[in-house]
Amino acid sequence: MSSIEERVKKIVAEQLGVKEEDVKPEASFVEDLGADSLDTVELVMALEEEFETEIPDEEAEKITTVQLAIDYIKENLG
Amino acid sequence: MGMVSPLGNTVDETWSAVLAGTSGAAPIESFDVSAFSTRFAATVKDFDPTPYMPAKEARKMDVFLQFGMVAGIQAIEDSGLEVSEEDAPRMGACIGSGMGGIAAIEENTKLIAEKGPRRVSPFFVPGAIINMVAGNLSIKYGLKGPNLSTTTACTTGTHAIGLGLRTIQYGDADVMVCGGAEMVTTPVGLGGFCAARALSTRNDDPVAASRPWDRDRDGFVLGEGAGVLVLEEYERAKARGAKIYAELTGFGMSGDAHHMTSPPEDGAGAALSMRNALGDARLAPGNVQYINAHGTSTPLGDKAEIAAVRSVFGAEAGELAVSSTKSMTGHLLGAAGAIEAIFSVLALRDQVAPPTINLENVDESCGGINLVPAEPQKLTIDSVLSNSFGFGGTNGSLVFGRV
Repeated sequence: MSSIEERVKKIVAEQLGVKEEDVKPEASFVEDLGADSLDTVELVMALEEEFETEIPDEEAEKITTVQLAIDYIKENLG
Repeated sequence: MGMVSPLGNTVDETWSAVLAGTSGAAPIESFDVSAFSTRFAATVKDFDPTPYMPAKEARKMDVFLQFGMVAGIQAIEDSGLEVSEEDAPRMGACIGSGMGGIAAIEENTKLIAEKGPRRVSPFFVPGAIINMVAGNLSIKYGLKGPNLSTTTACTTGTHAIGLGLRTIQYGDADVMVCGGAEMVTTPVGLGGFCAARALSTRNDDPVAASRPWDRDRDGFVLGEGAGVLVLEEYERAKARGAKIYAELTGFGMSGDAHHMTSPPEDGAGAALSMRNALGDARLAPGNVQYINAHGTSTPLGDKAEIAAVRSVFGAEAGELAVSSTKSMTGHLLGAAGAIEAIFSVLALRDQVAPPTINLENVDESCGGINLVPAEPQKLTIDSVLSNSFGFGGTNGSLVFGRV
């Protein structure tokens, strides 16, 4: 089983059509990885699917970087 | 001009297959069709949008949008059009679809039933609505003029081109990228046309199923794909040394005011559409040498169209070549008029009438007209008429002339 970090990075790369090596922890989805508002909605949906969880909209809005996504998943699944 | 069709994923590939009399029909393999009364269609083969757009973009589009985008990109590249900041407001697009993103609607309906509304993609709406070929092309190329879409069933493509012409003639734009895109080879799309008893059920011999004007025709063959043409005001095109294929000289429209799916037997609505197009082109019927017919291979429609041709052309009908390329491509619904406009233009360029295949025994009501059976015919062609007629009794005709 891959680590949470690896799984998140893989999903971000797939959803946003970027290379996995560009998905650095500090990378912002909108500023660095070229996502628009619809891309980020879909990205959160993909994370929900992968980790079989539901991320409330008010939480989802705060997940703006790769690290914040990893942190959220760890906190809420841990 | 650009095209994605059951006969090839470019204009050239498709046109070669048309002149060779090839059928694009085959059993449907993309989903389980065992319970459907029709189990074949003329589908697009080996389609790959990624040379034209990143996979990430393609994923956000229903397949009909992908077809339309690829045809649109091909058309704009072929035209050599350059979009400058100054010219952009004078350049627009009018590209329609008969049904839009049926596949995306089906997928998302299933998702809601299985997993709830939170699983609906944020790209569902912009990935399924009909005007998004025109929208996405305008974004890609910066076309800031009129951005439109038509939805008139099987006349969609013809109306999109005709209304693009009017937009230029009226002075709202100098360039209009026009056409249609369709992909309804899905359970709901196929099921709907099966239920309407519109499709051929010749499941044992798909390539012989589309047989316009043949005694044994039993309905149309569902097709899919897209066609796009770049229309440009003549003086502008000439001044920039554009490759000019043909002049769009006339456009006519009419409504049957008769029945949801059937034309009147005498084809009065079709005749009015053709007359209006000829009038718009200021042409006498005798000046048209080739008609690319709507000719879908339905028992009623084929007869009505020939009755209409006789009423418009009178004694001259015997001099005309009339063929149906749907015998090979199947019926692309909202894209049909667009790919057939392109075939009409190529018929002019190459001075050849493409054939009607599978025409073995001409329906007795359709005798005395050259329906170009089996083989293409070399002809002197100065003007071509292209017809489309759709559910709801919506008709459109285009006239193209040699430049």
